[in-house]
Amino acid sequence: METKAVKFGERLVTTKEFLAEGHSFCIGCGEALAIRLAMKALGENVIMAMATGCDEVTTTPLPYTSWRVPWMHTLFENTAAEISGVEAGLKILVKKGRMSERDIICVAMGGDGATSDIGIQALSGAFERGHDFIYICLDNEAYMNTGIQRSSATPYGASTTTAPAGKFSMGQVTRKKNMAAIAAAHDIPYVATACPSYRFDLMKKVRKGAELKGPAYVHILSPCPTGWRYSSDLAIEIGQLAVQTGIFPLYEIEYGRYRLNADPPKLKPIEEYLKLQGRYRHLTSEQIERIQEIVNEDYAKLKEKAAAFPM
Amino acid sequence: MADELTWKDMEVGNIVTEAGNGSFRKTGDWRTERPILDKEKCIKCALCWIYCPDAAIKPGEDGYYEADLYYCKGCGICVRICPVKAITKAEEEEK
Amino acid sequence: MSRRVALEASHAVAEAVRMADVDVTAAYPITPQTHIPERLAEMVADGELSAAYIPVESEHSAMSTCLGAAAVGARTFTATAGQGLELMHEVVYVASSMRYPVVMAVCNRALSAPLSVWGDHSDAMAVRDTGWIQVFCQNGQEAFDLTLWAFRVGEDPKVLFPVMVHLDGFTLSHVTEPVILPEQSEVDRFLPRFQYPFALNPDKPMTHGAFGPPEIYSETKLAQEVAFRNSKEVILQGWKEFGDIFGRYYHPVEEYKTENAETLLLTMGAFTETAKIVIDDRRDKGEAIGLISLRLWRPFPFEEFRRTVKGAQLLIVFDRCISFGLGGPVFSEIRSALYDEEPRPKVVGIIGGLGGRDMSEENFDYVINRGKEIAEKGSDRMLETVGIR
Repeated sequence: METKAVKFGERLVTTKEFLAEGHSFCIGCGEALAIRLAMKALGENVIMAMATGCDEVTTTPLPYTSWRVPWMHTLFENTAAEISGVEAGLKILVKKGRMSERDIICVAMGGDGATSDIGIQALSGAFERGHDFIYICLDNEAYMNTGIQRSSATPYGASTTTAPAGKFSMGQVTRKKNMAAIAAAHDIPYVATACPSYRFDLMKKVRKGAELKGPAYVHILSPCPTGWRYSSDLAIEIGQLAVQTGIFPLYEIEYGRYRLNADPPKLKPIEEYLKLQGRYRHLTSEQIERIQEIVNEDYAKLKEKAAAFPM
Repeated sequence: MADELTWKDMEVGNIVTEAGNGSFRKTGDWRTERPILDKEKCIKCALCWIYCPDAAIKPGEDGYYEADLYYCKGCGICVRICPVKAITKAEEEEK
Repeated sequence: MSRRVALEASHAVAEAVRMADVDVTAAYPITPQTHIPERLAEMVADGELSAAYIPVESEHSAMSTCLGAAAVGARTFTATAGQGLELMHEVVYVASSMRYPVVMAVCNRALSAPLSVWGDHSDAMAVRDTGWIQVFCQNGQEAFDLTLWAFRVGEDPKVLFPVMVHLDGFTLSHVTEPVILPEQSEVDRFLPRFQYPFALNPDKPMTHGAFGPPEIYSETKLAQEVAFRNSKEVILQGWKEFGDIFGRYYHPVEEYKTENAETLLLTMGAFTETAKIVIDDRRDKGEAIGLISLRLWRPFPFEEFRRTVKGAQLLIVFDRCISFGLGGPVFSEIRSALYDEEPRPKVVGIIGGLGGRDMSEENFDYVINRGKEIAEKGSDRMLETVGIR
C-alpha cells in the first residue's frame, strides 16, 4: 500500500511530489529542496507562473515537463504581471459564471534576479493592485542559471563572476537589497523569510501566505552548491548557519507588524558560515570583521523594528 | 526523444499536455557516490526523505526510507542529515 | 436595430471591446491611445462592461498580464502606441509563439528619439516579424468592425494567434466619425464564446512555456509559421461571416478605381481616404489611375496583392516610416512580393507623414507626379520623400 503521508510528530506531510523526480537541478541544490517543500505546502489546486531561471530550465525542456500542477512561464521579469493576469482572469470568469467557484491558489515563483532586479517593477505593481497571490522568491543570491553573476541580492563580500574578488576588488561591495522590507513597504498582508533547513517553518509560511487574501511575499534562502561553492551535501547545515549567525533571520511581517521566529540569545560568529563557502574564500580578516559589523547592524535594525511594531 | 520529432509533432503553442512527463529522466546516472542505508540503525525519522532535493528517497513498504537509485544524484545530504548516521556513502562502481 | 452614431475612433474600438464582452483588459496610458482605456474604465465603472480592469504599471506588464489571463481562458484586450509597443516588444513575440489570442489596438505613433506623440507607422513596422495577425484601419467604422472581427479570428480554434488592429495616431484615433453600431444579438451571433482548449486548470495540469533546446526550437518555429500562414483561411472566412451578418465586407487588399489603371498608388491606414480624393480628381480628368490599400498586413496577402497589380505599369508605394539604411519598409516588402511576377509594374517608393506630419491632397498629387517622374527618369536622390524640407 502506498504511503499517503509521512508523520512528523503531529504533522502530516504529503508524499505527493508536485515537482516530478528526474529534474536537472544541480546535485544537492537547496533551491530544488525549497521548491519541493513549498509545493507540498501548496498542494495541487494551484496555478503557477514561474520566471526564467534555474527553476524553469531544470524542469521544462521541450517536450518534457517536471510539473504536475498547471504551470506557465513566459519571460524573466514579468512573473508578477503574469500571475496578476491569471488571478484577474480566474476571478472574472467565476464572476461571469464561466467557471465554477473553486479554491485555486495563484503562485508566482522567481529567483532573486527575477525578483529584486529585473522584475521588481512588475512585483511592485502586483502588490499595489492587491491581487490575491503568493510570490515566492527563491534566493540563491546571484544569477545562478546564467553562471553566477551578481544580483542585488548578492551579499556584501561574496565573489561572483561580474563582481569577482580580484587584486583590486573584494567582490560585492554593495549590501544585499532587503526585499522583505520592500515588500512590507507596500503594506501587503503577509511577508516572511524562510529557509529549507527549517522545513516546517517554511511550509507553514507558504501555506499561510497562500491562504491569506491579498498579496503575500515569501523570501526563501536557497543555498547553491555551485554558486556558493560548497560540497553538495551541506545545504541543510549552511541554511542553519545562515539563520544562527543572523545573516538570514527568520521573521514574518503582517501589515507592518513584526514577529521574529527565532531570536537566539547569542548569534554564532559569521565566520562559521562564511568559511564553508568558496565564494567568500578570498576575504581578509578585516573584511570578515566588516561583514560581522554589517550582520550585527542589520540584525539590530530588525530587532528594533520588531520591538517598535510587534505583532 | 526531442530530436526525433518533426514540426508536425509540435503542439499548439508548444504546450506540454502530459503532466510530469519528464520523470523518465534518469538522473541517477549523475552519481559518483551512492547512499547505503543501515536498517539496524535507522529510526525511521524521515528526515532523509523530507530533505532530499530530488525526492529520490521513497517510503518503503517496510516503513524504511530508501534512495531510488534511478533518480538519486548522490548529493549526500541524507548522509549528513541522518541523526543516527544510518546512511553512509559508497563509491559508485565503474561501469 | 443597428444605429448610426458619432464616435471618436478610439471610442469605437472601446465599443467593440464592450460588445465583444471582453473578460480582462490591461490598461496603461500613452498618447494617443489613452482614450481607449479611459473609455473602457468608464464602461466598467458604470457596469456597461463586466471585465477585470487591470491598471498595470507599464506596457510590458500590460501584455504580460494579458498572457496570464489568456492562459486561463479569458478573452483579453489591451491597447498601446509607439514607445509602449516598443517597451512590450519581447512580450509581443511571446504572445504569438505561445498562441494566446490577445487582441490589441495600436494607435500608430512615431518612435523616439526625438520624442513624438504624433502619428506614423514606425511602431507598426517594428513589430512586423512578431507573428501577430495585423490589419490597418482607414476610418472609425473599420476601427469598430476590425476590432470585433479580431476576436472572432484570433480565438478560432484553427487559428489561436493574437491580432493587432492599427489605427493612425490622432489622424484616426482622435477623429469623430459616423459609425454604425450593430445590435448586441448580431454580435453574439458573429462572435462565439471564447473556449481556449489549453486553459490552465488543476483538473488537467499542463505546462505552458517550456524552453526550446536547439534540438527542437527550429521545429517549433516552422510549426508556428505554417499555422500562421494557414490562419489566412479563417481571416477570409471571418470577413465573409462579418459581411453576411453586418453587411460590410472586408478584403485583404482594397481596390479603389483600379479598373484599367496604368498607375497605382499604394497606401495603408487613414491617409488612404485623403489619397482617394486625389484619385477621384485625377480619374475625373481622365487619368488611368487607381489606389490599392493594404488592409491585411500580416500574414502578408501575397495572392490578393499580386492579383490587384496585374496590368498596371507603375506602382507607387507610400510609406509612413523610414527603415534606416533600407528606405521604406512597405516599399521593400512590395518589391520583394512582386519580384517573381511576370509581368510586373515598376515599383517606386516615397516616404512621408512622419511624426504627425500631415499628408494633404497636394502632397499626394506630388507623390503621384514624382512617382511617374522616377519611373521614367530614375532617381538620383538617396531617399524619395514628400513634405520634408
